[in-house]
Amino acid sequence: MNLEILEEKIGNYIKEKASSRDEITLTCDRESILPLCRILKEDEALSFDFLSDCCGLDMSPETPRFMVVYNLYSIKYKHRLRIKVPLEEADPVIDSVIPVWQAANWLERECFDMLGIRFTDHPDLRRIILPAKFDGHPLRKDFPLEGM
Amino acid sequence: MTEESITLNLGPHHPSTHGVLRVQLELDGEIVVDAQPDVGFLHRGLEKLSEHRTYQQILVLTDRLDYLAAMSNNFGYVLAVEKLLEIEVPKRAQYIRVALVELQRIASHLFWLGTHAHDLGAMTPLFYMLREREDIMDIFDGISGARLTPSFMRFGGLAADADPDFVKKTKKLLDGFSGKVDDYERLLTENPMWKSRTQGVGMMSTEEALNTGISGPMIRATGLEWDLRKSNPYSSYEDFDFEIPTGIRGDVYDCYRVRVKEMRESARIVSQAIDGLPENDGSPIKAKVVKFPEGEVYHSIESPRGELGFYIVSAGGKSPFRLRVRPPSFVNLQGLNKMVKGRLLSDAVAIIGMIDIVLAEVDR
Repeated sequence: MNLEILEEKIGNYIKEKASSRDEITLTCDRESILPLCRILKEDEALSFDFLSDCCGLDMSPETPRFMVVYNLYSIKYKHRLRIKVPLEEADPVIDSVIPVWQAANWLERECFDMLGIRFTDHPDLRRIILPAKFDGHPLRKDFPLEGM
Repeated sequence: MTEESITLNLGPHHPSTHGVLRVQLELDGEIVVDAQPDVGFLHRGLEKLSEHRTYQQILVLTDRLDYLAAMSNNFGYVLAVEKLLEIEVPKRAQYIRVALVELQRIASHLFWLGTHAHDLGAMTPLFYMLREREDIMDIFDGISGARLTPSFMRFGGLAADADPDFVKKTKKLLDGFSGKVDDYERLLTENPMWKSRTQGVGMMSTEEALNTGISGPMIRATGLEWDLRKSNPYSSYEDFDFEIPTGIRGDVYDCYRVRVKEMRESARIVSQAIDGLPENDGSPIKAKVVKFPEGEVYHSIESPRGELGFYIVSAGGKSPFRLRVRPPSFVNLQGLNKMVKGRLLSDAVAIIGMIDIVLAEVDR
């Protein structure tokens, strides 16, 4: 995996790129997540057919506060890529990537459960780990360790 | 006669759900119309807790993720932290680690096979498998002082070097192991009852499984030759000669064959690691750790259940800013609904068994 191929294929979506410890991290806008993921999966030279993980970060006190992180893997090329999408505190909403990878279903539900990030067009956006009536989102930095 | 379906609650306390898994089954007679897994009963807030504990303390928490493969969890975690630290692990420590996690894979698969067979009405195999697993637990006890929760790995190496007793016990186990796996197979592989309960049950295509995020023996059972130990080798796995067993149809039977073959392959790896163990030249078994730098890393290993990943975001402090566990059991369990739909209720038990979930890891 090298940055030139990524630049050529998806350069117009990339806002920031970083490379350290043999890992490439790209940052993009939330509007571009679905078209970007489609290209990443379907393009022959990229072929990211496996969504390893999708999770959220609370970056506070930094702004924008939230970050959704996708760790991708390609069975064909055995390479990895990380996509990060920053989200504003006032509107933590992003498109669901289930149309691209079904694997995102439970992962996005967990992200919603733990951080309160909402995924548009998710078919079943309910809490998954915590009880339905639970108040708050524990992985937010302002949620106390000992609970509410 | 009514044509209404009934709802059956399987679990959270049911022997065949292997822990606190609850599945809400919608049944039409004996046919499953819908299956909704309900998880979270064992949630301990591990990811949240990790943000308030030092890196060293978190190692102990990882034991409690997948308690049937605690060594593998230790391993995945220390590898991720080592990637963050950018430190080199002594070759001898790498080999001992490989031997330990492969023994753990055997122990985990043994426990899986015994309980899975038990679920499907074969009571005998469990006793044989627990006998061999006990030998492995004994080896762990000898080297780390604990059977189930070893916490034996350290950043840059191991808590202690392997002693001659470890090598002796492991060799003794490996000597008779192949014959013992033959014994298990004699009980099950050609057994018509076993075949009728498992063949053609829980089938999935490679493409579908991949899209659902399924990894580990389950995806290999569908015919895909993907194993992180081979595709993205870590900790000197490239030094060892081993095969990746695969299936064809991805049913419960193929999954069984894959796991049994994996036990044989793991035994081969352990014996290569023990025979090729670099001499102890008097240098410490653990590299020095000075400071945890800023940065982010994702590292995953092939745990007995699939891709076990750790994503660590560090702001340079003593604790991670965020620690995310990519749990193979959790993601694999997503496939349950698809596999169970349209099958008999008794097949649901076989399919839950095949996924080989550990709820402590699902719920974290």
